[in-house]
Amino acid sequence: MNSDVPVTSRRQVRRVAGAAMGAVSLLALAACGSADPAAAGASSSPATFKPVKQEEGSQITVWADAARVPGVQAYQKAHPDVKIKIVTYSGDANGANDLQTKVRLFDRTGSGWPDVAFSANVNDGSWTTQGKTPFAAPVDKGLIPRSTLNGFAYGALNPCKFNGTTYCLRNDLAQNVLWYNKKLLDKFGYSVPTTWEEYEALGKKVAKEHPGYLVGTAGDAWSPEVYFWASQCPASTVTDGNKVKVDLQDAKCARMAKLLDGLIAKGSVSKDTVFSAGFIKNQASKVLMLPGPSWYGQVLFNSTFKIPKGQIAAASPLKFQGDAKNYTGNVGGGLWFVSSHSKNLKASADLVTWMTTSNEYQATAGTYPAYKEAAVAWLAGQKKTGYFAQDVSPVFQDAAELIWPGWSATQYSQEAIYSSTVVPALNSGKTLTDTLGTWQTAITDKAKSLGYTVN
Amino acid sequence: MTTHLATERSGRRGGRSARNPVGRAGYVFVSGYVLFLLAFGVLPTGYAVWLALSNSRNQLVGIGNFTRTFTDYRFGPAFLHIGLYLVIWLASLMILVVLLSLMLHGRMRRASTTLRFLFYLPGALAGVASVLLFLILLDPAASPVGWLLKGFGWNTLAQVNAPGHLPVLFTVIAFWTGAGGWIVVMYGALNSIPDEVLEAARIDGASTLQIALRIQIPMITKWIAYMLILAFAAGTQLFVEPQLVSLASWGMIPDSWSPNQLSYQYAFQAGDFNGAAALSVDLLVLGLACAALVVFRTGLFDRDER
Repeated sequence: MNSDVPVTSRRQVRRVAGAAMGAVSLLALAACGSADPAAAGASSSPATFKPVKQEEGSQITVWADAARVPGVQAYQKAHPDVKIKIVTYSGDANGANDLQTKVRLFDRTGSGWPDVAFSANVNDGSWTTQGKTPFAAPVDKGLIPRSTLNGFAYGALNPCKFNGTTYCLRNDLAQNVLWYNKKLLDKFGYSVPTTWEEYEALGKKVAKEHPGYLVGTAGDAWSPEVYFWASQCPASTVTDGNKVKVDLQDAKCARMAKLLDGLIAKGSVSKDTVFSAGFIKNQASKVLMLPGPSWYGQVLFNSTFKIPKGQIAAASPLKFQGDAKNYTGNVGGGLWFVSSHSKNLKASADLVTWMTTSNEYQATAGTYPAYKEAAVAWLAGQKKTGYFAQDVSPVFQDAAELIWPGWSATQYSQEAIYSSTVVPALNSGKTLTDTLGTWQTAITDKAKSLGYTVN
Repeated sequence: MTTHLATERSGRRGGRSARNPVGRAGYVFVSGYVLFLLAFGVLPTGYAVWLALSNSRNQLVGIGNFTRTFTDYRFGPAFLHIGLYLVIWLASLMILVVLLSLMLHGRMRRASTTLRFLFYLPGALAGVASVLLFLILLDPAASPVGWLLKGFGWNTLAQVNAPGHLPVLFTVIAFWTGAGGWIVVMYGALNSIPDEVLEAARIDGASTLQIALRIQIPMITKWIAYMLILAFAAGTQLFVEPQLVSLASWGMIPDSWSPNQLSYQYAFQAGDFNGAAALSVDLLVLGLACAALVVFRTGLFDRDER
């Protein structure tokens, strides 16, 4: 290897290298197990939950993101006898996967799990319930009373449910509504649409009469959850354990793709994302309507777009004329987990219950509480801010119960797939309808790679 | 390794090492390095090889993990992406770095100190920080050089990040964050060429171009080879750039664009550490093979006196 080494040493080096190569090839040839990770039972349904030995009064470690940490601190203040160690982490917001990364490592080393973890990623409910010893402890098996669980909005705990067991509590809902700028709409003399057909017609009218104004955006990572979920498109319906149905060729997907393609072509639906610097700078003031999650109100219109008070209002989710009722989707919504490895399940369960249900914390939280009673208090608080042109309470409460249940939380992120497959295609001039096939393949491939059976 | 063997040799030459304090001191000097090399270099590599050959129940599976990851639908595209990136990145690095350092050394001696510093400046920012800087630079709406991007007809971040542009984009990022250091190194290498040699060539009537092609470049081949090995290894392991640009563009770049990202997906999304290890061993073999090729072809470790 090295020419400055005498021949004898070179020979030694060669001999050592040869021996190492030989050993490795021997190991490589000596196969006796299966390389298929599914064979290890990693993805089969978990055994019944057996808590570890409990230590009453022991310290609990809580992982939460910066937005939730003040809440945990408030809990600590109200419960001074509970020993809590707070760790601030990303909270898996914006596509981060720190919780999963760390838990996978803790699973390997056999220690280090937090007792309680918050995640802003609504899909985290899926992997936390998988594996030999799932990270999440079931909460409906005596950990949290049934009456508390029944206090959540209809369907709010769906992302936490696997094989009939509930594994987490929902922090907030991100139910989609139809946001609109009341001041602009009145000025242009339009009325608020109630069906997707009216929405489409209005979009075309806006493009003609007031070019440059927008009725929606299709370049957001969460566009599938805003439009395709509301259209009841079976992009990923988990039927049983690890079986998932992916069918973007369904008529309910095609109708939404066609609607958006038409409006994109006219220019009243943007291919950009609402949080891009360019959109905020140039288009924010031209948003006439925008279907989107409940948190758009304060987070997007107020804090990001800086639309003045008294202009923005929300309307109920749109309905297709042929459908019996209107459905909607949601974009995110945080989850609270109690770890199955916790030595103090009682304290952990008490903390997640308080965080999700208490008016003390939830009434002033940034996002719409998943717990119904807390939501009433929260909406009263929103009314007091006086930001919205109309009280959003009836619309939000209505939409909270309209989430279509056929769109499942999966181990893979619909958002990541949409933005890496569909958004680039849109920007290269293709239409959504053209892209449905590629999109379908991308979902199917990803699902299979994570051990799902796709049909 | 070289140091270690050289010490061994000097120990032997002096008879018993107990009588040769210099030999023993050598062991003391390298011991710290050897310890860390074992702990953070050799052991993890060995562990990765073991993981790659076994499954989660610690059974040997032979090359099962390699064939399994090889047939993954993301394997081909990831290596294709990285291959394309390497071709563009290595070619531009070699040509531009050598050209710029030759120009600094020959033509612009007066301004060269300032220019050298300017070239080096972006590299002085730590890797991730400079990539973060590029996240702003690449968004036409926020970028101070937005006019340039718009000149190419790209008006939104989505258009800049189009899949076909990515290898070039990452090359641009890598070049401006990494090439400066190499220009300084090459400049130093050019300085090591004795002035008499260049003087003699000039008296013999050699033009600047001839001097560069016949004298300077051949005399710094080893440095170029060294740069090639390191840049190849760093290039195949591309991770930070696609990962961060993806985050900044709300996921517009696939989460397994490069092999290293694919390995990360295996380990942390699928919880399949064995598959992840197999992919990283693929990269190790690739890096070693390239290094071996370059070392043997250029005689990088040959000593001048031989």
